[in-house]
Amino acid sequence: MSDAVLRVNNLQTQFQTRAGVLKAVDGVSFEVARGRILGLVGESGSGKSVTGYSILGLIEAPGQVAGGEVLLNGKDITRLKGEAMRQVRGAQIAMVFQDPMMTLNPVLKIGTQMIAAVRAHDRVSRKVARARARDALAKVGIPSPEERLEAYPHQLSGGMRQRVAIAIALLHSPAVIIADEPTTALDVSIQGQILAEVRRLADETGTAFVWVTHDLAVVSSLADDICVMYAGRVVESGPAADVIGSPRHPYTAGLLASVPAEHEPGTKLPQVPGSTPSLANLPQGCAFAPRCAKAGPACTTTPPVQKFEDGRTALCHYPIEPVSCQPLSLTSTTYRSAS
Amino acid sequence: MIGFLIQRVLQALMVVIAMSIIVFLGVYAIGNPIDVMIDPASDQALREALIQRYGFDRPLFEQYFIFMNNMLHGDLGESFIYRLPVLSLILSRLPATLELALTAMLIATLLGIPLGLWAGYKPDSLSARAIMGFSVLGFSVPSFWVGLLLIMVFAVELGWLPSGGRGPTTEVLGMNLSITSLEGWSYILLPAFNLALFKLGLLIRLTRAGTVEVMSSDYVRFARAQGLSEGKVVGLHVLKNISIPIVTVFGLELGSTLAFAVVTETVFNWPGMGKLIIDSITVLDRPVMVAYLILVVFLFVMINLVVDLIYGQLDPRIRVKAAS
Repeated sequence: MSDAVLRVNNLQTQFQTRAGVLKAVDGVSFEVARGRILGLVGESGSGKSVTGYSILGLIEAPGQVAGGEVLLNGKDITRLKGEAMRQVRGAQIAMVFQDPMMTLNPVLKIGTQMIAAVRAHDRVSRKVARARARDALAKVGIPSPEERLEAYPHQLSGGMRQRVAIAIALLHSPAVIIADEPTTALDVSIQGQILAEVRRLADETGTAFVWVTHDLAVVSSLADDICVMYAGRVVESGPAADVIGSPRHPYTAGLLASVPAEHEPGTKLPQVPGSTPSLANLPQGCAFAPRCAKAGPACTTTPPVQKFEDGRTALCHYPIEPVSCQPLSLTSTTYRSAS
Repeated sequence: MIGFLIQRVLQALMVVIAMSIIVFLGVYAIGNPIDVMIDPASDQALREALIQRYGFDRPLFEQYFIFMNNMLHGDLGESFIYRLPVLSLILSRLPATLELALTAMLIATLLGIPLGLWAGYKPDSLSARAIMGFSVLGFSVPSFWVGLLLIMVFAVELGWLPSGGRGPTTEVLGMNLSITSLEGWSYILLPAFNLALFKLGLLIRLTRAGTVEVMSSDYVRFARAQGLSEGKVVGLHVLKNISIPIVTVFGLELGSTLAFAVVTETVFNWPGMGKLIIDSITVLDRPVMVAYLILVVFLFVMINLVVDLIYGQLDPRIRVKAAS
């Protein structure tokens, strides 16, 4: 994967609070290649959304990106300020947010918002901008896009609004789109449609996606690669099918075991014991150790990044041995491309 | 839409009727206008004649119905004191108050909204704190005192601006206005600023509160993620979202400024409607009082109507509810 369009190296995002410095993102590294989809998975508070915001430089005080680099086509964008960063945002790297009810301005027409987004980076006439907005809406599968431009957000359904948000993100054909749980607020059938659409867009336009989610089922059906985050760190990464089929980190294994699809109805669902630790009060060494069945004496020291021969990594002293059985699918559908 | 307008007009009529009854009863309770109108030394025959002429001998409800009947025929009566038709009396004072109130609102809006936006955009900055401190002074310091202070500094000490009065006026569309000449502006500047101060403080706080709220919303974050410039984020996304409360307060304040600019008009000796109504109250000039208050009701209803229509333009969700 040397052709990565986005490479995140040892990213650190910290929040200065009264309780001390919180390391919301602590040394996260990953990369995405053209047209690929990376699933960034984790529980609430694992730092996955903050990672997304950090990449775009949208962390607000008292938070700040304290270290590491974000290489977009080889260029570090964490040091860009003001106008230089603005020119990157939306043009080369875009973002889609979680709640489509909140991300569009309720008092502005869809067209007005899209035209502003086009003209933020390209000096074109309103007419040209409008035509591009219309084409973008058509591209994400919105029927009669011309009329939708005249609509206000409240006149569209949640799924439709999220398509509009994705269309806005696509306006400038960015190299990367960060999607922060964009289907969480939608019902399952709409989610399916959007996932299929995103897969198609990634294949057709070559845009790479970083798909932030807590939903393993979504990731298993959509992503090419997976990064599992826990307490601000990537604890496991690798190709999606391999990670789902044979997790090497105990935390990933625990998450997968708690997906209902794999269990007989009526039986007790296994769960990862305990809850996510507070960032203000992380355990020494491995942050997952107190909840881990495999924890041993070494776990009080910071675990090493174990690199395996198949391109996978795990942040663990005692990684699980690989199993070679056929990977189970968490859902009946898959949006992953055949390649 | 038509139904909405009819409803508004009916509401206004109800208010006019209720208000006129209250004023009639109120003036009746305060005292007898005849005592103010004529020399106490005049003889009984003259007194009787005047009482007859103005109909004070009839029962109150009859006086009221005569007044209302005349009003429906477009006749608001004649001032007891000035012996002039009430309507032309009030209308002759209206332009002075109108231009004073509008200039004050203009000052308050043009200063208040940008200052409030800035204070909400950078709420922790020193300049924002200074603006907020100023806004507290703006609506807590009594306006007559500020008026006197302004006169002392700019008229007496510095001698830059006249201390009161209206200065030269020119006739525009049948109204005498002073804002058409530079010298006129020198007269209107101090009273307008004095009148604007309270509204300025109010608008700053209102704009700031809205801006702080909207700046933390998802759609502002999304707009930034699209690479919109900060100017565009504030000018397009923030301004339109905070404008509903601003328009509401603007309307209310415009109405109350037009009707009750009394203190400022008195301090600066500005010959507007506020002075007229105060003078009329002291001499129990009932026709002027009632007609004036009817005009005030009319102004408020009109302003609120316009504000309601603007709401629909500002927020499409309100428009849809009104239509369904």
